[in-house]
Amino acid sequence: MAARIQVPASTKRGEVVEIRLLIQHPMETGYRRDDVGHLIKRNVITLLSCRYDGVEVFRADLSSGIAANPYLQFYTVAGKSGELELYWIDDEGKQGSERQAIKVT
Amino acid sequence: MKRREFLAALAGSLALPAIAQETGLDPAAVKLANGAPLKKGKVTLTLPQLADNGNSVPIRIVVESPMTEADHVKSIHLFSERNPVSNMANFYLGPRAGKAEIDSRVRLAGSQKVTAVAVLSDGTYWYDAAPIVVTLSACLDES
Repeated sequence: MAARIQVPASTKRGEVVEIRLLIQHPMETGYRRDDVGHLIKRNVITLLSCRYDGVEVFRADLSSGIAANPYLQFYTVAGKSGELELYWIDDEGKQGSERQAIKVT
Repeated sequence: MKRREFLAALAGSLALPAIAQETGLDPAAVKLANGAPLKKGKVTLTLPQLADNGNSVPIRIVVESPMTEADHVKSIHLFSERNPVSNMANFYLGPRAGKAEIDSRVRLAGSQKVTAVAVLSDGTYWYDAAPIVVTLSACLDES
């Protein structure tokens, strides 16, 4: 699962950092049928978590109500230099993750 | 007397839809609050008034909160009136979020009212609702 994460590479301590995430995922609802009329199995990202220096700062439960190729934008406070780790899992059990270091001055 | 009664009944019947609209909260949102009062305010839900395609509708939720250890937003819940899965998403935040603001894109099955509920650290529930007209509904069935 390809994903793109946008986080400022460096910031000041105490500043609010914007995190933007775009994951390539069909977010299949489970209500659609294929050409021969069989229901296509639901496959959505159900859990998404964002850890900053090992501490969870944001978590989301998603459902079929989220558009395909889910986009999320949220915020966190810059504490100290560390790694931002995003992790998600879908109905098929496929996991994805993305990491980026933040330099705090 | 008869005329007066009739007018009173008429006034009553006209007032009813207004009351229903006033308390016309999303049933799933009321269930989430579990008896606690759901107050309007603090939350701002931004949706386009009209969406050509329900498959991807930009949505923004902003909650007024200092986001400190003592006073912060614990979670934000999104509800749709007409989607087969009414609870579209739950977001869990904390004091480390710094700002209670989330942007995303949702799928909407037809014109409806979308509700966002924020749960604050003091245990209060706040909401905002926004109507939206969807021209092309998200394909949730064969259509």
